[in-house]
Amino acid sequence: MDLTTFAADVGTDGPVEITGLGTRGGSRSARRPGARVVRAPWGIDWFQPDEMTVCCGAGTPVAELAAALAEHRQTVALPPGGTVGGALAVGHSSVLALGHGPIRDVLLQARYVSAAGEVVTAGGPTVKNVSGFDLCRLLVGSHGSLGLLGEVILRTRPMPAAAGWYAGPYDPFEVMRRLYRPAAVLWDGTTTWARLEGHPRDLADQALASGLREVDEGPEVPSGGRWAIAPSQVASVAERGVRFLAEVGVGIVHLSEPVPASWQPALDLAIVALEARIKSAFDPTDRFGPRHGADPAH
Amino acid sequence: MALPDALIRELRGALAEDRVRTGAVELDLYKRDAANIVGEAGVVCFPLTTDEVRACVLAARRHGVAFVARGSGTGLAGGATPLDGSVVIVLTKMNRVLSVDVENRSAWVEPGVLNLDLTRHVTPFGLHFAPDPSSQQSCSIGGNVANNSGGPHCLADGVTSAHVLGMEVVLPDGTVTTFAGEAPEADGYDLRGVFVGSEGMFGIATKVCVRLTQNPPGVRTMLLDFTRVDDGAATVSAIIAAGMVPAALEMMDQLCVRAVEEYIHAGLPVDAAAVLLVEVVGLPHGLASDVERVSEIGLAHGARTIRIAQDEAERALLWKGRKTAFGAIARIKPNYYLHDTVVPRRKLTEVLRQVYEIAERHELLVMNVFHAGDGNLHPLLVFDGRDEGVWERVHHAGEEIVRVSVAAGGVLSGEHGIGLEKRDYMPMMFDPPSLAAQAALRDAFDPDGLANPRKVLPSPAACGDFQHVPEGAWI
Repeated sequence: MDLTTFAADVGTDGPVEITGLGTRGGSRSARRPGARVVRAPWGIDWFQPDEMTVCCGAGTPVAELAAALAEHRQTVALPPGGTVGGALAVGHSSVLALGHGPIRDVLLQARYVSAAGEVVTAGGPTVKNVSGFDLCRLLVGSHGSLGLLGEVILRTRPMPAAAGWYAGPYDPFEVMRRLYRPAAVLWDGTTTWARLEGHPRDLADQALASGLREVDEGPEVPSGGRWAIAPSQVASVAERGVRFLAEVGVGIVHLSEPVPASWQPALDLAIVALEARIKSAFDPTDRFGPRHGADPAH
Repeated sequence: MALPDALIRELRGALAEDRVRTGAVELDLYKRDAANIVGEAGVVCFPLTTDEVRACVLAARRHGVAFVARGSGTGLAGGATPLDGSVVIVLTKMNRVLSVDVENRSAWVEPGVLNLDLTRHVTPFGLHFAPDPSSQQSCSIGGNVANNSGGPHCLADGVTSAHVLGMEVVLPDGTVTTFAGEAPEADGYDLRGVFVGSEGMFGIATKVCVRLTQNPPGVRTMLLDFTRVDDGAATVSAIIAAGMVPAALEMMDQLCVRAVEEYIHAGLPVDAAAVLLVEVVGLPHGLASDVERVSEIGLAHGARTIRIAQDEAERALLWKGRKTAFGAIARIKPNYYLHDTVVPRRKLTEVLRQVYEIAERHELLVMNVFHAGDGNLHPLLVFDGRDEGVWERVHHAGEEIVRVSVAAGGVLSGEHGIGLEKRDYMPMMFDPPSLAAQAALRDAFDPDGLANPRKVLPSPAACGDFQHVPEGAWI
């Protein structure tokens, strides 16, 4: 994919903001005075089903990518909605992270435009690769503060033979013990849901073993706040008197309200200093804005 | 280069006399790792705690001396090779499993814990640590983190980065902090993610939080043999294209099968051109279906026989064949040089053909035993190091193998890392702005460049002083 035009759009000076579909709290117009708004290229460049890799523009809608992959019975572990680049820049996994892995493991190679206006390659095109430092991990979740994603190569995964949601009023940790590698175990303090994938007869056996019954769909995921805690703390969330849906075994808790500031861990000054050095190394004149710029609620 | 006496005194004061060694034997032992590259150790330290690691780092800094962290020394790219009399910080004595959260499947361990020991420790809970390098009996978790190590079972489950949740680190300036941990995707840059695979250049991990994986309820291990290498490679692609991701998908070529069979007598088909080891795991119905589909695909692509391990003993024997390949080749020639590149699966046949041709042109024997499922080639150049001019031929052949792999759309290294071995090949894969971005990240972690310097990144052109691997360093 030719990124020349995108690199020219980003240019070499002045504040720049990138926009996708505006679904993840990002704005479609400039937040900072004088900032130019750019869009990443979109479209699927190639898809190799037998390599389980796909290359697309960062501006490609996740839904469009998912539809193309589905033709070959494959999928990608991105949360639904918005653009591929937006999902990666925010770096929040889908609720199937327990089984499908976190979003940060999806990005194999990125070609991004740096603050100097140059196209930079991070990572490599193959699923297995340890050539050089892992800049892809740095870009996922960086909110575009270090560079603007232009083209990405992603790892895909096969669709299971069968999949379904199962639910019941059981202790989620007991459910975890009884299931073999569920794609998700979700808990709202009363009901436990599990996403099971695999051979249809194995699914039926797993449901029997865990006591869960098949339901038409998974739970609604509250979107007010997203709280990251150690999975061992999940059981204690029920005592906080808030509406929640917890990803058991993962440690993400979805809340109907924003996460109270007092619940967040204290800042570690060594980390703050290191992050500032990284930001300054990649974007010395702050062309791309702060990492938290996309959504203050997160 | 002799280190200042004051530095040695400070190290001994912070640790203990007998855990700061300058004897000829120790300096000789720690001047290299498992790569064929010799450096120079100035002093060898064996800290027991995070504080002691920090003290080593601070002492080295005060004297402007570089330091190199080291685990078991099984690295194959010279990543732990000290240069110019560095302070070597050996973490093998920090080898405790600190805590295991069975319910949520994670553990905190010290960096010197051996990979297989961790799995043994959690076996009673029905868990294991998924990355399984062939050196898993002797390699350490800290080394796995530094190299983002892989292994046969990383096809389905991912390499080390996917199994490390966080780490306590001593940064190159001596600060102790923690990157991530059990809580996932917390705010901030994924410092955990960039630390994994940073080859000791971003600091030293002193505790590691690992993700543990449920042991599968069922395992089937199959051995397929082919009269043409191409058919084996085509089978690999077809299995993946059919929507299966076996737990492992390993290939050995004829020379390798013969060497292994003479060594362990597992009843391997020595007349086959290639042998494919396929392992599928999971619940009973899915397992049966996978075995059937792999068999069908194999037969459709010319598999001559399909052997399915009937019990754990037979499975262990088949795996022993794969994992002892490196021992077996010692019976053929005294030296070997192991390469590690990745190519797209669909290019396996083509690149293998080029590898055979390169070896022949340089009058070397080559054996291939590799992670076919993820296209991770491991050509083993087998030779007698006493032969006139043979090392030069080995290095030329190696460089050509790397070149054809990258040209085929592959990468320099799949699991061994860059270290010193492939440092000067980095420009094959990355242009100057891309290398500059990696250098910028390194500078952010270590502005003074004292943590394992001169690895991974080729010296920037700006310095005007291109540093080759030291002359005569290759053995």
